[in-house]
Amino acid sequence: MQTFNFFKPNRNNIKNYSIIGSFFVLVSLIDVISNAFLKINLTFFLPGSLTNLFPLILGLIGLNMMRIDYSGNNTLDLLNKNINTNNFNALLTLLILFSIIKVLPQSLSWMILDATISGDSKDACTGTGACWTYIKVWFRRFMYGMYPNEFHWRINTAFILVIALGFVGYFMKENLKKYLALYYVIIYPVIAYLVIYYLISGGSFGLQWVETGAWGGLSLTFIVSFFCLIFCFPLGMVFALGRRSNLPVIKYISICYIEFWRGVPLITVLFMSSVMFPMFLPEDFFMDKLVRVIIAITLFEAAYCAEVIRGGLQSLPRGQYDAAKSLGMGYWKMHIFVILPQALKLVIPGIANTFLALVKDTPLIFVVGLAELAGMLALAKTNPKWLGFAMEGYIFASIIFWIICYAMSKYSYNLEAKYKTER
Amino acid sequence: MNNIIKKFIPQILAILFVVLIFGFLTLNAQINMDNRGIDFGFDFLSQESSFDVQFSLIEYSGSDSYARAFLVGLLNTLLVSFISIIICTILGVIIGVARLSSNYLIKNSAAWYVEFFRNIPLLLQIFFWYYAALRALPMPEKANAWFGVTYMTVKGYYIPAMVWENLNIFLYCGLAAIISIILLRNYANKLRDTQGKQIPVLLYSVALLIVLPLLSFLFGGVSLGFELPELKKLSKISYIYEGGISLPPELIALVLALSLYTSTFVAECVRAGIEGVSKGQKEAAASVGLTPNQVLKLVIMPQALRIIIPPTTNQYLNLTKNSSLAAAIAYPDLVLVFAGTALMQTGKAIEIVSITMLTYLTISLTIAAIMNWYNKKIEIKEK
Repeated sequence: MQTFNFFKPNRNNIKNYSIIGSFFVLVSLIDVISNAFLKINLTFFLPGSLTNLFPLILGLIGLNMMRIDYSGNNTLDLLNKNINTNNFNALLTLLILFSIIKVLPQSLSWMILDATISGDSKDACTGTGACWTYIKVWFRRFMYGMYPNEFHWRINTAFILVIALGFVGYFMKENLKKYLALYYVIIYPVIAYLVIYYLISGGSFGLQWVETGAWGGLSLTFIVSFFCLIFCFPLGMVFALGRRSNLPVIKYISICYIEFWRGVPLITVLFMSSVMFPMFLPEDFFMDKLVRVIIAITLFEAAYCAEVIRGGLQSLPRGQYDAAKSLGMGYWKMHIFVILPQALKLVIPGIANTFLALVKDTPLIFVVGLAELAGMLALAKTNPKWLGFAMEGYIFASIIFWIICYAMSKYSYNLEAKYKTER
Repeated sequence: MNNIIKKFIPQILAILFVVLIFGFLTLNAQINMDNRGIDFGFDFLSQESSFDVQFSLIEYSGSDSYARAFLVGLLNTLLVSFISIIICTILGVIIGVARLSSNYLIKNSAAWYVEFFRNIPLLLQIFFWYYAALRALPMPEKANAWFGVTYMTVKGYYIPAMVWENLNIFLYCGLAAIISIILLRNYANKLRDTQGKQIPVLLYSVALLIVLPLLSFLFGGVSLGFELPELKKLSKISYIYEGGISLPPELIALVLALSLYTSTFVAECVRAGIEGVSKGQKEAAASVGLTPNQVLKLVIMPQALRIIIPPTTNQYLNLTKNSSLAAAIAYPDLVLVFAGTALMQTGKAIEIVSITMLTYLTISLTIAAIMNWYNKKIEIKEK
């Protein structure tokens, strides 16, 4: 009787049950795979919906038979512990496995196997798969917008220069390290601005002037997020300190500022910068749309930055303030030498998350007519020669943004882990 | 004296600075508006709007006022936020719990789901659903019926409309059921506290919720009919469904993108909340003899919810603000109808953008105030 207890497999009948069970699971997997790849229905003899349920039921029975506690077989134990603890888990496991088998080959063949990348016009795409030719032909537009082709090196050089200048901190001599904060907060933004202005805008040094309307694509995304990033941090610091201030006027001005920007959606801020802001400028004073947008996003993100920095300031123990004061330090001395260095170290992960949100928000500038990546896609999509490739375009853009954002989030996660252990 | 200077000088400077900036801006605005011959004022709100909105919850036509157009936009924003919040909560809780599963496959699929949808900008996701995925749906005449009565087509999603008779009686019955459930709970609590007796409140509640409305069908003269969408030929090649409710593809794309995107954040909140309850609590509860269900209901969930709810409300707020991206795919929400079309027609940039921003600000601050009150209420009261 013990050997033929169907629902209660145990160590004594492990041989029979594990073999029969794995056989059942294997059959159910083969059935699904043959269905997905070869379009052969192995269970054609079963009526209607039972055909679809058949592998599920078979797999469940199989997994049930394999579920033996402390079987002594390492592989089996590992399997049971991880994917097969009870019937419900087994069902979910099977469902996930089956849906992977059903979806993955299809999307793979669409994206890679049946896809076209040769040729340079729409006619090359005759297959059933994706048409990467479209991406290939439009690649420069997606990266650089309407910037003239022969000047693309200027954008590249400017980016390389800016990045190189950003790494200066790593190679600075020990005795200059104390000026690092000054460098990053004040000097670096100015230099970066000059580099981007003179190289990408041009107009002097024999470089042809390219107006900002022609900028676009992914490079514009980088430019906008870069400037907003370096400007919003100091501004956020000011408002974070303001909100913690003892002086009521300054405190309430900061609170109003922060709560105002945090309460409105970015898109209305952008609308404000593009249609309302020009009304507030002196008459014949022209400010470029790109500059207005950068100012708007900076003001917006500064409020979020301020809240993150305030969190860091709040988490410092009171003793730090008291100790600094007892040494006779004034407000600024105390903050610059004691409070901020500690607080800023604490908020690095939070700041990284704010920057991540900022990068994810930049495609929004498309709404006010700046053609960054999403805008260029919309433009390419409506080009009469290339109708019908919206899917490829958006998948391409999604992959690019996903890689950037995933790298950033992993980096911030690492930072978080690093600073957690130090406390 | 020194102290007073230290205290007041910065504050006076700050006030001066703010006043100067605002003064400078208003002065410029005044000059600019004079030059362009625009006058400042909110009179336009009562004027005839003379534009049409393709999807609205309330009756609206071009002859209505701008104020009504504002209301249409606001209701559409609230509608899309409401639906997305419900879906993202359900998805988020499932994914958040799945991330804590002991099952390797489930845990990792949930983790990849979160990583995938969280790291693609929302605008791209909306575009993807609207321009790529939903455009691949069949034309109305070729659509297959889902569940026999609903049709997913490239022109929108058609579902049957409910036709009620004596709806108010049904609603009263529902209300009565809810009130009696509250009374029952109070009574059960009292009984437990005084006599130590337990009555199955949940079972009774479900029964009440089902039975009372059912009675209204049998005796109250309430009846429910369905109006099915039917295919209608417009011209030789163009078909459309008539009857029932049609959800425009813009709404569907927006709801899909918003709820998938926000569900990842909700999932992280849920996970953090459940992980935040210390293991000792669970063990202690089990050791006093509570069943696993009771442990979850009485010990884990109340503590986890305290951690989960504040950040989750924040996410709901973000979702509501993000719903303004609707303007990018021409879903007639507040931003598109009011800050888009109405602004174009009237040219009242300052008034309209301020009204729009203030509306969002009001929503945010209201929810924030409620949340602060709630946080104070559920705070652990340490003695």
